[in-house]
Amino acid sequence: MDTPVKRKLKVATTSLAGCFGCHMSLLDIDERLFDLLELVEFDRSPLTDIKHIGTCDIGFIEGGLCNNENVHVLREFRSNCKVLIAVGACAINGGLPAQRNHLALPIILQEVYHTSHGLAAGSDIPNDPELPLPLNKVHPLHEVVKIDYFIPGCPPSGDAIWKVLADLLAGHEPQLGHGLIHYD
Amino acid sequence: MSEKTFVLDGKTIPYAEGQTIMQAAMAAGVYIPRLCYHPEFKPHGSCKLCTVKSNGRQAASCTQLAQSAAVVESDTQELNDERRALLQMLFVEGNHFCPSCEQSGNCQLQATAYALNVMSTHYDHFFPDRPLDASHPEYLLDFNRCILCSLCIRASRDVDGKNVFGLAGRGIKSHLIVNAQSGALADTDFAGDDKAAQVCPVGVILKKRRGFAVPIGQRTYDLKPISAMPDAKES
Repeated sequence: MDTPVKRKLKVATTSLAGCFGCHMSLLDIDERLFDLLELVEFDRSPLTDIKHIGTCDIGFIEGGLCNNENVHVLREFRSNCKVLIAVGACAINGGLPAQRNHLALPIILQEVYHTSHGLAAGSDIPNDPELPLPLNKVHPLHEVVKIDYFIPGCPPSGDAIWKVLADLLAGHEPQLGHGLIHYD
Repeated sequence: MSEKTFVLDGKTIPYAEGQTIMQAAMAAGVYIPRLCYHPEFKPHGSCKLCTVKSNGRQAASCTQLAQSAAVVESDTQELNDERRALLQMLFVEGNHFCPSCEQSGNCQLQATAYALNVMSTHYDHFFPDRPLDASHPEYLLDFNRCILCSLCIRASRDVDGKNVFGLAGRGIKSHLIVNAQSGALADTDFAGDDKAAQVCPVGVILKKRRGFAVPIGQRTYDLKPISAMPDAKES
Protein backbone atom coordinates (compact mmCIF):
# COMPACT_ATOMS: atom_id res chain seq x y z
CA MET A 1 0.00 0.00 0.00
CA ASP A 2 1.28 3.49 -0.79
CA THR A 3 2.01 5.73 2.16
CA PRO A 4 0.06 8.93 1.66
CA VAL A 5 2.38 11.86 0.98
CA LYS A 6 2.05 14.38 3.78
CA ARG A 7 0.84 17.68 2.37
CA LYS A 8 3.14 20.58 3.11
CA LEU A 9 1.51 23.27 5.22
CA LYS A 10 1.12 26.63 3.55
CA VAL A 11 2.57 29.61 5.38
CA ALA A 12 2.11 33.29 4.50
CA THR A 13 4.07 36.12 6.14
CA THR A 14 3.83 39.88 6.01
CA SER A 15 5.14 42.98 7.73
CA LEU A 16 2.55 45.70 8.45
CA ALA A 17 3.71 48.67 10.56
CA GLY A 18 6.93 46.83 11.37
CA CYS A 19 10.60 47.08 10.49
CA PHE A 20 11.15 43.57 9.04
CA GLY A 21 13.22 42.78 12.14
CA CYS A 22 10.91 39.86 12.93
CA HIS A 23 11.40 38.53 9.40
CA MET A 24 15.16 38.82 9.93
CA SER A 25 14.67 36.78 13.12
CA LEU A 26 12.76 34.17 11.12
CA LEU A 27 15.82 33.91 8.87
CA ASP A 28 17.90 33.62 12.07
CA ILE A 29 16.63 30.07 12.52
CA ASP A 30 19.56 29.43 10.15
CA GLU A 31 19.99 25.82 8.98
CA ARG A 32 16.64 24.93 10.55
CA LEU A 33 15.15 26.70 7.50
CA PHE A 34 15.91 23.45 5.64
CA ASP A 35 13.87 21.47 8.19
CA LEU A 36 11.11 24.06 7.92
CA LEU A 37 11.02 23.84 4.12
CA GLU A 38 10.52 20.06 4.40
CA LEU A 39 7.28 20.80 6.24
CA VAL A 40 5.95 24.05 4.78
CA GLU A 41 5.78 26.00 1.57
CA PHE A 42 5.56 29.77 1.51
CA ASP A 43 2.60 31.57 -0.02
CA ARG A 44 2.46 35.39 0.13
CA SER A 45 5.64 36.59 1.84
CA PRO A 46 8.47 39.05 1.25
CA LEU A 47 10.50 35.86 0.68
CA THR A 48 8.40 34.82 -2.35
CA ASP A 49 7.14 38.19 -3.57
CA ILE A 50 3.66 36.71 -4.11
CA LYS A 51 1.37 39.74 -3.83
CA HIS A 52 -1.93 38.20 -2.68
CA ILE A 53 -2.50 35.51 -0.14
CA GLY A 54 -4.12 32.19 -1.10
CA THR A 55 -5.68 29.69 1.32
CA CYS A 56 -3.08 29.06 4.02
CA ASP A 57 -2.59 27.09 7.21
CA ILE A 58 -0.46 29.61 9.08
CA GLY A 59 -0.23 33.41 8.78
CA PHE A 60 2.80 35.08 10.39
CA ILE A 61 2.30 38.81 10.88
CA GLU A 62 4.81 41.31 12.18
CA GLY A 63 3.99 44.96 12.80
CA GLY A 64 0.89 46.74 14.07
CA LEU A 65 -1.73 48.74 12.20
CA CYS A 66 -0.84 52.30 11.27
CA ASN A 67 -2.85 52.77 8.06
CA ASN A 68 -5.92 51.45 6.24
CA GLU A 69 -3.86 49.19 3.96
CA ASN A 70 -2.48 47.41 7.07
CA VAL A 71 -6.07 46.73 8.19
CA HIS A 72 -7.00 45.46 4.73
CA VAL A 73 -4.01 43.07 4.57
CA LEU A 74 -4.68 41.85 8.13
CA ARG A 75 -8.31 41.04 7.29
CA GLU A 76 -7.19 39.28 4.09
CA PHE A 77 -4.80 37.17 6.19
CA ARG A 78 -7.50 36.40 8.75
CA SER A 79 -9.97 35.20 6.14
CA ASN A 80 -7.35 32.99 4.44
CA CYS A 81 -5.38 31.54 7.37
CA LYS A 82 -6.46 28.81 9.75
CA VAL A 83 -3.98 30.01 12.36
CA LEU A 84 -2.80 33.59 12.70
CA ILE A 85 0.33 34.42 14.70
CA ALA A 86 1.12 37.98 15.86
CA VAL A 87 4.91 38.22 15.88
CA GLY A 88 6.86 40.86 17.79
CA ALA A 89 6.19 43.85 20.03
CA CYS A 90 4.54 46.02 17.32
CA ALA A 91 2.00 43.35 16.39
CA ILE A 92 1.20 42.79 20.07
CA ASN A 93 1.10 46.32 21.54
CA GLY A 94 1.76 48.71 18.63
CA GLY A 95 5.44 49.00 19.55
CA LEU A 96 7.61 51.82 18.29
CA PRO A 97 5.06 53.22 15.76
CA ALA A 98 2.54 53.53 18.63
CA GLN A 99 4.81 56.10 20.29
CA ARG A 100 2.88 58.62 18.18
CA ASN A 101 -0.40 57.68 19.85
CA HIS A 102 -0.39 60.49 22.41
CA LEU A 103 -0.18 63.07 19.63
CA ALA A 104 -3.07 64.09 17.36
CA LEU A 105 -2.45 62.97 13.76
CA PRO A 106 -2.98 66.45 12.22
CA ILE A 107 -0.31 67.88 14.56
CA ILE A 108 2.18 65.21 13.48
CA LEU A 109 1.52 65.73 9.74
CA GLN A 110 1.68 69.49 10.20
CA GLU A 111 5.01 69.31 11.97
CA VAL A 112 6.58 66.78 9.57
CA TYR A 113 5.49 68.43 6.31
CA HIS A 114 4.95 72.10 7.16
CA THR A 115 6.89 73.36 10.14
CA SER A 116 9.97 71.14 10.62
CA HIS A 117 13.46 72.23 9.62
CA GLY A 118 15.05 71.55 6.25
CA LEU A 119 11.88 71.11 4.20
CA ALA A 120 12.09 71.55 0.41
CA ALA A 121 10.16 74.51 -0.95
CA GLY A 122 6.52 73.63 -1.58
CA SER A 123 6.50 70.64 0.82
CA ASP A 124 2.98 69.56 1.59
CA ILE A 125 1.14 66.74 3.33
CA PRO A 126 1.08 63.84 0.79
CA ASN A 127 -2.37 63.49 -0.70
CA ASP A 128 -2.03 61.00 -3.54
CA PRO A 129 -5.14 58.76 -3.71
CA GLU A 130 -2.82 55.72 -4.06
CA LEU A 131 -1.28 56.32 -0.64
CA PRO A 132 -2.90 54.47 2.26
CA LEU A 133 -4.48 56.80 4.80
CA PRO A 134 -2.87 56.81 8.23
CA LEU A 135 -5.04 55.77 11.17
CA ASN A 136 -5.59 58.21 14.04
CA LYS A 137 -3.77 55.82 16.35
CA VAL A 138 -1.55 52.79 15.81
CA HIS A 139 -3.28 49.61 16.99
CA PRO A 140 -2.11 46.09 17.85
CA LEU A 141 -3.53 43.27 15.70
CA HIS A 142 -5.77 41.69 18.34
CA GLU A 143 -7.86 44.87 18.52
CA VAL A 144 -9.09 44.22 14.97
CA VAL A 145 -9.12 40.44 14.32
CA LYS A 146 -8.86 37.27 16.38
CA ILE A 147 -5.23 36.26 16.82
CA ASP A 148 -4.51 32.64 17.68
CA TYR A 149 -0.91 32.84 18.95
CA PHE A 150 1.52 35.55 20.00
CA ILE A 151 5.33 35.56 19.92
CA PRO A 152 6.50 38.59 21.93
CA GLY A 153 9.92 40.23 21.56
CA CYS A 154 11.61 43.07 19.72
CA PRO A 155 12.32 41.01 17.78
CA PRO A 156 11.58 37.55 19.17
CA SER A 157 14.71 35.42 18.85
CA GLY A 158 15.06 32.93 16.02
CA ASP A 159 14.89 30.25 18.73
CA ALA A 160 11.54 31.58 20.03
CA ILE A 161 10.07 31.69 16.50
CA TRP A 162 11.38 28.21 15.77
CA LYS A 163 9.95 26.86 19.05
CA VAL A 164 6.46 28.16 18.24
CA LEU A 165 6.55 26.95 14.61
CA ALA A 166 7.98 23.56 15.59
CA ASP A 167 5.35 23.12 18.35
CA LEU A 168 2.54 24.04 15.94
CA LEU A 169 3.86 21.79 13.16
CA ALA A 170 4.13 18.94 15.66
CA GLY A 171 0.51 19.56 16.60
CA HIS A 172 0.85 20.82 20.16
CA GLU A 173 0.25 24.10 21.95
CA PRO A 174 3.29 26.38 21.62
CA GLN A 175 5.05 27.00 24.94
CA LEU A 176 7.88 29.48 25.46
CA GLY A 177 9.71 29.09 28.76
CA HIS A 178 12.14 31.38 30.57
CA GLY A 179 14.79 32.74 28.24
CA LEU A 180 12.56 32.46 25.16
CA ILE A 181 9.71 34.70 26.36
CA HIS A 182 10.97 38.27 26.09
CA TYR A 183 9.19 41.59 25.58
CA ASP A 184 12.39 43.48 24.72
CA MET B 1 4.43 23.20 71.76
CA SER B 2 4.35 21.91 68.21
CA GLU B 3 5.22 24.21 65.31
CA LYS B 4 2.32 26.07 63.71
CA THR B 5 1.81 25.19 60.05
CA PHE B 6 -0.55 25.56 57.14
CA VAL B 7 -0.66 23.85 53.76
CA LEU B 8 0.18 25.82 50.61
CA ASP B 9 -0.38 23.97 47.32
CA GLY B 10 0.14 20.69 49.14
CA LYS B 11 3.32 21.77 50.91
CA THR B 12 3.47 22.20 54.69
CA ILE B 13 4.58 25.75 55.55
CA PRO B 14 5.66 26.70 59.08
CA TYR B 15 4.77 30.15 60.35
CA ALA B 16 5.14 32.34 63.40
CA GLU B 17 2.13 33.94 65.05
CA GLY B 18 1.32 37.24 63.31
CA GLN B 19 2.97 36.34 60.01
CA THR B 20 1.02 36.76 56.81
CA ILE B 21 0.66 33.95 54.27
CA MET B 22 3.07 35.88 52.01
CA GLN B 23 5.73 36.25 54.73
CA ALA B 24 5.55 32.57 55.64
CA ALA B 25 5.66 31.51 51.97
CA MET B 26 8.67 33.74 51.29
CA ALA B 27 10.49 32.35 54.32
CA ALA B 28 9.78 28.83 53.06
CA GLY B 29 11.04 29.70 49.56
CA VAL B 30 7.65 29.45 47.85
CA TYR B 31 6.90 32.07 45.19
CA ILE B 32 3.57 33.87 45.24
CA PRO B 33 3.31 36.49 42.44
CA ARG B 34 3.19 40.05 43.81
CA LEU B 35 3.80 43.63 42.70
CA CYS B 36 2.75 46.02 45.48
CA TYR B 37 4.19 43.94 48.31
CA HIS B 38 7.72 44.61 49.50
CA PRO B 39 9.02 42.86 52.63
CA GLU B 40 10.38 46.10 54.10
CA PHE B 41 7.05 47.93 54.00
CA LYS B 42 3.61 47.62 55.47
CA PRO B 43 1.46 45.64 53.01
CA HIS B 44 -0.89 47.62 50.81
CA GLY B 45 -2.99 44.76 49.40
CA SER B 46 -3.89 46.67 46.26
CA CYS B 47 -2.42 44.89 43.25
CA LYS B 48 -4.32 41.68 44.09
CA LEU B 49 -1.73 39.60 42.26
CA CYS B 50 -0.92 37.68 45.43
CA THR B 51 -4.54 36.61 45.87
CA VAL B 52 -4.75 33.03 47.10
CA LYS B 53 -7.61 30.83 48.26
CA SER B 54 -7.40 30.21 51.99
CA ASN B 55 -9.85 27.50 53.06
CA GLY B 56 -11.70 28.16 49.79
CA ARG B 57 -11.96 31.89 50.30
CA GLN B 58 -10.02 34.45 48.24
CA ALA B 59 -7.68 36.76 50.14
CA ALA B 60 -4.61 38.86 49.43
CA SER B 61 -1.79 36.75 50.86
CA CYS B 62 0.22 39.88 51.75
CA THR B 63 -2.47 41.00 54.22
CA GLN B 64 -4.06 37.69 55.27
CA LEU B 65 -2.58 36.28 58.46
CA ALA B 66 -1.47 32.65 58.31
CA GLN B 67 -3.88 30.38 60.17
CA SER B 68 -3.16 27.05 61.74
CA ALA B 69 -4.01 24.08 59.48
CA ALA B 70 -5.47 26.34 56.76
CA VAL B 71 -5.49 24.86 53.25
CA VAL B 72 -4.16 27.51 50.89
CA GLU B 73 -4.12 27.33 47.09
CA SER B 74 -1.98 29.65 45.00
CA ASP B 75 -0.45 28.05 41.92
CA THR B 76 -3.73 26.93 40.33
CA GLN B 77 -5.12 27.43 36.82
CA GLU B 78 -7.99 29.55 38.17
CA LEU B 79 -5.83 31.93 40.23
CA ASN B 80 -3.12 32.18 37.57
CA ASP B 81 -5.75 33.01 34.92
CA GLU B 82 -6.96 35.84 37.16
CA ARG B 83 -3.37 37.00 37.71
CA ARG B 84 -2.78 37.03 33.94
CA ALA B 85 -5.90 39.15 33.45
CA LEU B 86 -4.72 41.62 36.14
CA LEU B 87 -1.30 41.88 34.51
CA GLN B 88 -2.82 42.40 31.06
CA MET B 89 -5.01 45.19 32.44
CA LEU B 90 -1.91 46.86 33.94
CA PHE B 91 -0.15 46.61 30.58
CA VAL B 92 -3.00 48.20 28.57
CA GLU B 93 -3.80 50.94 31.10
CA GLY B 94 -0.32 52.43 30.87
CA ASN B 95 2.26 52.69 28.11
CA HIS B 96 4.58 49.74 28.63
CA PHE B 97 6.95 49.57 25.68
CA CYS B 98 9.63 47.23 26.98
CA PRO B 99 12.13 47.55 24.09
CA SER B 100 12.67 51.24 24.86
CA CYS B 101 12.51 51.01 28.66
CA GLU B 102 15.70 51.27 30.68
CA GLN B 103 14.16 49.01 33.32
CA SER B 104 13.52 46.13 30.89
CA GLY B 105 15.01 42.95 32.33
CA ASN B 106 14.94 44.41 35.85
CA CYS B 107 11.20 45.11 35.80
CA GLN B 108 8.96 43.14 38.14
CA LEU B 109 5.84 43.71 36.04
CA GLN B 110 7.62 42.24 33.02
CA ALA B 111 9.26 39.43 35.01
CA THR B 112 5.97 38.47 36.66
CA ALA B 113 4.29 38.40 33.25
CA TYR B 114 7.10 36.14 31.98
CA ALA B 115 6.66 33.84 34.97
CA LEU B 116 2.92 33.58 34.28
CA ASN B 117 3.43 33.10 30.53
CA VAL B 118 1.57 36.24 29.47
CA MET B 119 1.93 36.14 25.68
CA SER B 120 -0.31 39.08 24.73
CA THR B 121 -2.00 42.13 26.19
CA HIS B 122 -5.43 40.72 25.24
CA TYR B 123 -7.43 43.88 25.98
CA ASP B 124 -7.73 47.11 23.95
CA HIS B 125 -4.92 49.53 24.76
CA PHE B 126 -5.71 52.88 26.40
CA PHE B 127 -2.56 54.61 25.08
CA PRO B 128 -2.89 57.33 27.75
CA ASP B 129 -1.10 60.65 27.43
CA ARG B 130 1.18 60.97 30.46
CA PRO B 131 3.94 63.60 30.21
CA LEU B 132 7.34 62.92 31.79
CA ASP B 133 8.84 64.89 34.66
CA ALA B 134 12.50 65.55 33.81
CA SER B 135 12.77 68.57 36.10
CA HIS B 136 15.07 66.93 38.68
CA PRO B 137 18.81 67.10 37.86
CA GLU B 138 19.47 63.45 38.83
CA TYR B 139 16.17 61.59 38.39
CA LEU B 140 13.52 61.19 35.70
CA LEU B 141 9.87 60.27 36.29
CA ASP B 142 8.19 58.37 33.46
CA PHE B 143 4.56 58.13 34.58
CA ASN B 144 3.69 56.02 31.50
CA ARG B 145 4.84 52.94 33.37
CA CYS B 146 3.25 53.58 36.77
CA ILE B 147 1.19 50.65 38.10
CA LEU B 148 0.04 52.50 41.25
CA CYS B 149 1.74 50.02 43.60
CA SER B 150 2.41 52.94 46.00
CA LEU B 151 5.84 51.63 47.04
CA CYS B 152 7.49 55.01 46.36
CA ILE B 153 4.76 56.69 48.41
CA ARG B 154 5.26 54.32 51.36
CA ALA B 155 9.07 54.56 51.12
CA SER B 156 9.09 58.34 51.00
CA ARG B 157 6.56 58.73 53.79
CA ASP B 158 7.52 55.90 56.15
CA VAL B 159 11.30 55.59 55.64
CA ASP B 160 12.55 58.89 54.20
CA GLY B 161 10.06 61.00 56.17
CA LYS B 162 9.63 63.26 53.14
CA ASN B 163 6.23 62.46 51.64
CA VAL B 164 7.38 63.28 48.10
CA PHE B 165 4.82 61.12 46.28
CA GLY B 166 1.08 60.63 46.49
CA LEU B 167 -1.89 59.15 44.65
CA ALA B 168 -4.54 61.51 43.30
CA GLY B 169 -7.83 60.89 41.52
CA ARG B 170 -10.18 57.96 41.91
CA GLY B 171 -10.84 54.72 40.05
CA ILE B 172 -9.51 54.73 36.52
CA LYS B 173 -8.36 58.33 37.05
CA SER B 174 -5.99 57.40 39.90
CA HIS B 175 -2.49 58.61 39.18
CA LEU B 176 0.84 59.21 40.84
CA ILE B 177 1.60 62.81 41.77
CA VAL B 178 4.55 64.70 43.23
CA ASN B 179 3.76 66.66 46.38
CA ALA B 180 4.99 70.10 45.35
CA GLN B 181 3.12 73.27 44.56
CA SER B 182 4.41 73.06 40.98
CA GLY B 183 3.97 69.27 40.80
CA ALA B 184 7.61 68.98 39.70
CA LEU B 185 10.11 66.62 41.33
CA ALA B 186 12.78 69.34 41.24
CA ASP B 187 10.70 71.34 43.72
CA THR B 188 10.80 68.60 46.38
CA ASP B 189 13.62 67.44 48.67
CA PHE B 190 13.78 64.09 46.82
CA ALA B 191 17.36 62.74 46.70
CA GLY B 192 19.15 59.79 45.12
CA ASP B 193 19.87 58.08 48.45
CA ASP B 194 16.19 58.12 49.42
CA LYS B 195 14.56 54.73 49.83
CA ALA B 196 11.88 56.02 47.42
CA ALA B 197 14.52 56.20 44.68
CA GLN B 198 15.21 52.46 45.03
CA VAL B 199 11.83 50.75 45.25
CA CYS B 200 10.00 51.31 41.96
CA PRO B 201 9.21 47.80 40.62
CA VAL B 202 8.77 49.17 37.09
CA GLY B 203 10.47 51.96 35.14
CA VAL B 204 8.97 55.15 36.59
CA ILE B 205 11.75 56.46 38.84
CA LEU B 206 14.95 56.34 36.80
CA LYS B 207 18.42 57.67 37.52
CA LYS B 208 19.54 59.95 34.71
CA ARG B 209 22.69 59.29 32.67
CA ARG B 210 22.88 55.60 33.60
CA GLY B 211 21.28 54.14 30.48
CA PHE B 212 22.12 50.58 29.44
CA ALA B 213 25.00 50.13 31.91
CA VAL B 214 24.02 46.45 31.82
CA PRO B 215 23.03 45.28 28.32
CA ILE B 216 19.53 43.93 27.68
CA GLY B 217 19.66 40.15 27.95
CA GLN B 218 22.04 40.18 30.96
CA ARG B 219 19.78 41.82 33.53
CA THR B 220 18.31 40.41 36.75
CA TYR B 221 15.32 38.54 35.35
CA ASP B 222 17.02 37.69 32.05
CA LEU B 223 19.35 35.47 34.07
CA LYS B 224 16.82 33.92 36.43
CA PRO B 225 13.02 33.89 36.49
CA ILE B 226 11.42 35.95 39.25
CA SER B 227 9.70 32.77 40.47
CA ALA B 228 13.16 31.38 41.34
CA MET B 229 13.74 34.30 43.76
CA PRO B 230 10.80 33.89 46.14
CA ASP B 231 12.39 35.72 49.05
CA ALA B 232 14.28 38.38 47.10
CA LYS B 233 14.05 41.91 48.44
CA GLU B 234 14.11 43.32 44.92
CA SER B 235 14.47 47.02 44.43
